[in-house]
Amino acid sequence: MSGLGDVWVYLSASPLLHLLATLLAFLIASRINRLAGGNPVFHPVIIAIALLIGFLTLTQTDYPTYFEGAQFLHFLLGPATVALAIPLYDHRERVRRMLLPIAIGTLVGVTTAIVSAVGIALTLGAGRETALTLAPKSVTSPIAMGIAEKIGGIPSLAAGLVLLTGVIGCIIGPWIFRWTRITDPTIRGYTLGLSAHGFGTAHAFANYGAVAGAFSGLAMGLSGLVTAFVLPPIVHLLGI
Amino acid sequence: MPLIVGMSILLGCQFLGELTSRALSLPIPGPVLGMVILLAALLIRGGVPAGLRSMGEGLLKYLTLLFVPAGVGLIEHFDLISREFWTLIITLVVSSAITLLVTSQTLKALTRRRRDDEASR
Repeated sequence: MSGLGDVWVYLSASPLLHLLATLLAFLIASRINRLAGGNPVFHPVIIAIALLIGFLTLTQTDYPTYFEGAQFLHFLLGPATVALAIPLYDHRERVRRMLLPIAIGTLVGVTTAIVSAVGIALTLGAGRETALTLAPKSVTSPIAMGIAEKIGGIPSLAAGLVLLTGVIGCIIGPWIFRWTRITDPTIRGYTLGLSAHGFGTAHAFANYGAVAGAFSGLAMGLSGLVTAFVLPPIVHLLGI
Repeated sequence: MPLIVGMSILLGCQFLGELTSRALSLPIPGPVLGMVILLAALLIRGGVPAGLRSMGEGLLKYLTLLFVPAGVGLIEHFDLISREFWTLIITLVVSSAITLLVTSQTLKALTRRRRDDEASR
């Protein structure tokens, strides 16, 4: 039995175990999501995170030890963010045609997302750090984490809040579209991509078709970009 | 080899982005500047190299998996989350609803006016 214990001590200290655990958790989570009929409440990312948090708690592993292995996946967020330039480039003609609505819609939407998040959080009595962490909640996590780090929020908490925002957007978005009679798939897609980043894009692809999905991906890239530029001055103007 | 070229382009743009962000002490994350640099390069070049496309689209296809390690980081913030749980949840839900509403209505108004313009022409 001590042999097995030794093996565990070796494995739990090596990056291999937690890298493998992350991949397996994601595979299991994707399977569960398929069984649940793709319901956004059972998003694979959320289930995978829950499974891993359960695993770490059971094995009494701290986050830095886990991250030692998971960092190899995490590192790829940087090049993946750069790669968002490719879909933006592919849709350049569409952007050119709808330049004015897209430009104004993005600026208005991004500003609304930031100001409403910070405003509501501060009204409810959140601390400065929490409010700053909530500010970039609508943009895709690599960008949100970078922004949170730059303005004095908590990057890892920002990543989690971004994921929750994605799930919430996919649940209430369709309801708001029905209630306000938004039927145009390009508007639905763009709105979901702007307020619920990659989760919204996946939802738009699956439920409103390829054009909505493309617009949603465009919105995710553009709003991430615009947020990175306008959030620091807005936060400065709000005086926090 | 094409994938290595693709990855080198992505990491090279990220590197230039990080360098610019740090050198000018900009509040914008390095990878975002890297995205702008790559977009500018693609527009100037007028096309996406095959290796870059397969590498980039491969990464974007599994983008959700890449969120997991950072999301597990929530485990480090259980204190803050349990202390401000309702603040966080209410902020996320209400702010998302407002953002969805304002964005979709803005786009609807702007595209409708465009269509009216085109119809009257």
